[in-house]
Amino acid sequence: MNPEQLLYAETHEWVDVATDGTGAKVATVGLSAFAVEALTDLVFIELPELGRQVTAGESFGEIESVKAVSDIYSPVSGEVVAVNDALTANLQQLAEDPFGKGWIVKIKIADESSLSKLVDHATYQKQCAEEDH
Amino acid sequence: MVDFTGWSMPVQYTSIVEEHHATRNAAGLFDISHMGRLLFKGPDAAAFVDSLVTRKTDDMPPGRARYALVTNQQGGILDDVLVYHLTDGSGTSYRMMVVNAGNREKILHWIDQHRPAFNGDVSVSDATRDWAMIALQGPLSQELLAPLTPADLDAMRYYTITETTVAGNDAKISRTGYTGEVGFEIILAADAVTAVWDQLFTAGKERGVVPCGLGSRDTLRFEAGMPLYGHELNETINPFQAGLDFGVDLDKRDYPGRSALVAARQRSDDPVRVGLELDSKRIAREGATIFAGETSVGTVTSGTFSPTLQRTIAMGYVTPERSSVGEALEIDIRGRRAPARIVRLPFYRRKAERKSGS
Repeated sequence: MNPEQLLYAETHEWVDVATDGTGAKVATVGLSAFAVEALTDLVFIELPELGRQVTAGESFGEIESVKAVSDIYSPVSGEVVAVNDALTANLQQLAEDPFGKGWIVKIKIADESSLSKLVDHATYQKQCAEEDH
Repeated sequence: MVDFTGWSMPVQYTSIVEEHHATRNAAGLFDISHMGRLLFKGPDAAAFVDSLVTRKTDDMPPGRARYALVTNQQGGILDDVLVYHLTDGSGTSYRMMVVNAGNREKILHWIDQHRPAFNGDVSVSDATRDWAMIALQGPLSQELLAPLTPADLDAMRYYTITETTVAGNDAKISRTGYTGEVGFEIILAADAVTAVWDQLFTAGKERGVVPCGLGSRDTLRFEAGMPLYGHELNETINPFQAGLDFGVDLDKRDYPGRSALVAARQRSDDPVRVGLELDSKRIAREGATIFAGETSVGTVTSGTFSPTLQRTIAMGYVTPERSSVGEALEIDIRGRRAPARIVRLPFYRRKAERKSGS
C-alpha cells in the first residue's frame, strides 16, 4: 500500500477501501508506521475472530510491546472477513512492513458513514507531528 | 524522551530489546545522572547516616558501599539507597548516599527533619546537579574501562568504590549496578560527563556497546529480580515483605522504624514479594489482581516480556500461604485470566564470572 493514499483513524489505524466482486466495500486495516515505531519491541498481537461484528471506534484487538499494551480500534463498522494470522507467528512483519505484509484485518463495511471520521495522509501526518512533541 | 521525575530521559535509544541484549552480551552505557547524590561531611557524618538507615553502615572501611533502606516510623520503605564511605583529597572521610531520583526531595526533607535531634557535627549537601553518573554494565565493562583509568579494576570487589580518574577527569568508580551483570558506576563532574561518555562509547561501539535508556534498565533489573521503588517498594511495604532482610540490622541500633520492624519481623501474615512466570504472551502489568481460584491473593507490581528468557514474567505481592515456589495462580489481565506460576527470584542469574588464569 502507498501510505499517502490511505485513510487514517485518530487512533493510528490505516484503512484502504476496495470494492469486492459483489460490489461490497471492504476495508483493509493496519497500524501506521508511526504507531509501530512508537510501540517498538512488539511482543504479541491479539487478533479478532473471523465473522466478528466490529464497530467503528471500538477495540477489536490488542498489541503488546515491552513498553505498554495498546488497543487496536476498528476504524469502520462491519464484519471481519479476513485476519492476517501470519502476524501471530511473526510479528516482525508488522514492524518491518506495517503498510504491506503487516496488514491486520479486512472488514466488510456495513455502515459507510464511519468512513467520514477518517482523515487523509496529510492531515494524519500533522497529527503525528503534534504527538511527537 | 520522557519526563522522569523532572529529568528528560530516553526510554530507549534504539530498541529496549537490543539494548537489553547488548548489556547481557557486551556492555551497555547508561546515563543515570538523575539518581540523587547526597553528601554527609563532618566528624559525625558516619553516625548521622547510620541513624537514618536500616543497615549498619558506620563500620564500613573506606572504599566500601552498602545497600540499605530508609524507613518511616511504621517501617515502610521511604527509599532504597546506597551508602558509600569515601575519602577526599585531604584524607578526610565522608559519606555519600545515592537515592532514587523520585525520592530525592522526600529524603532531603526527611534528613532535615531528623537533623535537629541528632547530637553531632555533620553537614549535608546535595551534589546531584554538580555531579553526573554513568553506568557501564556488562561482560565487557571492565576491559573497556580499564584503559581509561589508573584504578586497579581487577582488585575491586563488588560494592566497593574508589576515587580515581577516568579519561583524565577526577571520578569515583564504584563496582555496583542495577542490571545483574558485572559493571561499574562512574561519578564525575557534570561538565566532564559528555567527554567521558563519548570516550567510553567510542572505545566500545565496535564491540557491541550501545547507549541504553530507561526501558532496558527496567527489563535488566527485572530479570535480575531487583525491586524498583514505586513498584515493588513503597511507604506501605516493609523490607521483610520485599525480601530485603539482608538490608536490615535490628540489633544494638536505632533508626526511624526500627521498633516497627522488630514487630514486623515477628509477623507472618504480611504479603510477600514473589516472581511469577506466565505462559500467556499478554503481559500482566502493575495493578493486575492475582487469584487463587476465586480468591484474590495479591497484586502485580511490575510485569514485562523478558528478552533473555523469551517469556512473560511479573513480580507482585501475594499472601504468604500462596507464596511458595511452584504455586499455580491466575492473573487477571485486563478482564481475562491467565495462568501464572510462582518461580524463584532472580529470574536470571549471570554465569559465574571466570577470571583468566583462575
